[in-house]
Amino acid sequence: MPVVPEPVLTMSGIGKQFPGVAALDGVDLRLLPGEVHALMGENGAGKSTLIKVLTGVHPADAGTVELGGAAVAFASPLEAQRAGISTVYQEVNLCANLSVAENILLGREPRRMGRIDWKRMRARAGELLARLELSLEVAAPLSSYSLAVQQMVAIARAVDIDARVLILDEPTSSLDADEVAQLFRVMRRLKDEGIAILFVSHFLDQIYEISDRMTILRNGRLVGEYLTRELPQVELVAKMIGQELAVLERLHGEAKVFDRPLVEARGLGRVGAIEPFSLTVHEGEVVGLAGLLGSGRTEIARLLFGADHASTGEIAVGGTPQSLRTPRAAMAQKIAFCSENRKADGLIPDLTVRENIILALQATRGWTRPVPRDQQDELVDRYVKALKISPPNPEHLVRNLSGGNQQKVVLARWLILEPRLLILDEPTRGIDVGAKAEIQRLVAELSDGGMAVLFISAELEEVLRLSHKVQVLRDRRLVAELPNDAGLTSDVLMETIASGGRAS
Amino acid sequence: MTTLTAGRVGLPAKYLPVLVTGCLLAAMFVAGGIRYEGFASGQVILNVFIDNAFLLVVAVGMTFVILTGGIDLSVGSVVALSTMISASLMAGPGWPPYLVVPLVLVIGSGLGLVMGYIVHAFDIQPFIVTLAGMFLARGLCYTIGTDSIPIEDPAFTAFAQSRIDLFADMWISPSVIVALVVVGVAAYVLHYTRFGRAVYATGGSEQSALLMGLPVGRTKITVYTVSGFCSALGGVLLSFYMLSGYGLHAVGMELDAIAAVVIGGTLLTGGSGFLLGTVLGVLVLGLIQTIISFEGTLSSWWTKIFIGMLLFVFILLQRLFSARSRR
Repeated sequence: MPVVPEPVLTMSGIGKQFPGVAALDGVDLRLLPGEVHALMGENGAGKSTLIKVLTGVHPADAGTVELGGAAVAFASPLEAQRAGISTVYQEVNLCANLSVAENILLGREPRRMGRIDWKRMRARAGELLARLELSLEVAAPLSSYSLAVQQMVAIARAVDIDARVLILDEPTSSLDADEVAQLFRVMRRLKDEGIAILFVSHFLDQIYEISDRMTILRNGRLVGEYLTRELPQVELVAKMIGQELAVLERLHGEAKVFDRPLVEARGLGRVGAIEPFSLTVHEGEVVGLAGLLGSGRTEIARLLFGADHASTGEIAVGGTPQSLRTPRAAMAQKIAFCSENRKADGLIPDLTVRENIILALQATRGWTRPVPRDQQDELVDRYVKALKISPPNPEHLVRNLSGGNQQKVVLARWLILEPRLLILDEPTRGIDVGAKAEIQRLVAELSDGGMAVLFISAELEEVLRLSHKVQVLRDRRLVAELPNDAGLTSDVLMETIASGGRAS
Repeated sequence: MTTLTAGRVGLPAKYLPVLVTGCLLAAMFVAGGIRYEGFASGQVILNVFIDNAFLLVVAVGMTFVILTGGIDLSVGSVVALSTMISASLMAGPGWPPYLVVPLVLVIGSGLGLVMGYIVHAFDIQPFIVTLAGMFLARGLCYTIGTDSIPIEDPAFTAFAQSRIDLFADMWISPSVIVALVVVGVAAYVLHYTRFGRAVYATGGSEQSALLMGLPVGRTKITVYTVSGFCSALGGVLLSFYMLSGYGLHAVGMELDAIAAVVIGGTLLTGGSGFLLGTVLGVLVLGLIQTIISFEGTLSSWWTKIFIGMLLFVFILLQRLFSARSRR
């Protein structure tokens, strides 16, 4: 048993009240130098609140924070930064219009007689990036680099301030596998320099790859601190959601027969977006779309919903040919589309849960016939209960909900319309295991009730678990249609994607 | 497309809008030189500077504000107020210019400071705050007097009418020197000081700038103060030019200043643009006027028509640039 070094940061008995809820209650956290410490928990477990308390965004109502043995209380993120606690958020908080060098050193530019010394600034930025084994054109605007590189730049900025503690809040949610590997290399390097890293991610594989130790939260309370290598994944999940996960088993019971085609696309395509494809979705069927990012998954969904115009081919709904030239036309055929980007395309953050849910229904009725308030309340109430939206208050502003709950609001909006075909584009991205399982179960229930679902997800496991058949996409082309039988595994799927369907 | 890819090697894309404006200016000058007798001389360009020195100074202040993503509609009224205060103080109690001018500059900066503070502290749209400031300042002019007040202070008029001779019979007014000094100082501040970089960062993403620990509030208040100062200084230069104070001076000048900044390639959303662009923008506006006066038969309202068309073209260009960079 190696000697455990003194923790660089200790939080004990942290409590935080928000109006109506105890967001944190008696939470302890300690970070050891040279370790990656994962903070685990579902959405709403209190991870973000704990980080905000630590970095001085919110003051704590109870408990103490000790940094290097001395009690501290930060009034602002800036103060925390000065004390050596740096944070990199999920959304890159840099200025894309400025150069890479400026983004790293903004606010502490090297100066000579009050004048910014650009030459030294670029050299210094280059050094800092070299420390992370990165070589970038530091004079180029940040916007010319990918999101992943921007994230590294944010880290370079964070660790320049003699960081003792580095907090990475879901840095990997928008990165691809190579970029994650690059990020992990950087993290290991910083860890070797003795920096304590607090890491938040929803990807369990990543947690097991990089973290040494983890603290688990549930409903604002501490579940415990564990060494990662001593805690099997199943147990971790059980501790996070507080129950054994029966739902993660195969969701569909007996095999169903699909003989009533609902939507048939023949030779549908759009120049530059997706090559002509044919696709049939039957009533009660879940069709999964599998493929890499940019393989044309979303493009298919947009064509079926009328958000883009098809340049070739035709669509029949329920046997009769239809021209779905606008989303309104698709909605009239009872086709609903939950978009991938729930923040930009789907939700209006400043409206309440009720207003967001009622929106699509109101749109189909037209603005001259408002939905009566009691009918609104009744409908919303039913779906808030059915989807377990939390907090269960329809007058809550959507901006204050967690990601998983926001996703449920989008779902509820479309479910009220009682669609025949529901298109779900990445409905579980960036949400936690529990909410994910609930959404998956909901999809299974809906399809058992006769609704057709087109399910798009980057996670092959999820596609496999839910779908009756899987359409494989590659390079903007539909390459294979595979029935989801016992022989179909994620390995087979991956191979099909890799080979472009030639093998099968 | 090819220019952009070529630009990646030689010229970064961020200079492209300024380059477009520069080319436009050169093309206008060449076209004027071919069409009109006596157009292609240095003095024509210098006259553009002389006639627009006040607009240039005002546009410099506006550039600061627009770079942070804000807007200042009060500048024209503050210019008018400055001419009015200068003229009335020199005519009535007979104050000397060396007291009047600093006082005017302090009043203009103070107005800007107050507007900036309101924008920041109450998180109100700059459009509406400076609109209120615009009405306020214009109204204050009429409390001083409803008629034009001539300026007859001998030192002031002597300075205003002096000519600084350059080589080959060319000359400029002292106002041009003042304007160029303002441009130089402002360009230095924007490029070489922390305040200047904070201006760009705030315009790029206010949220990020805040999280990066930059003094966003102070920066916003300061840019409106700078704009107020520049407006007051522009008012003093206009007093030199007109030798009078009048509540109807500089009506709509805020729009000319905004037009010059936009034509100079600065994005209205903030975070991108250069002072050189603003200088070129003012010159383009001035040169349009010169061409129309050379044409002789055209009404001066054609100036507005051309500025309108140019603005349309440049706003569309901005849209294209920002759409491309988002991809």
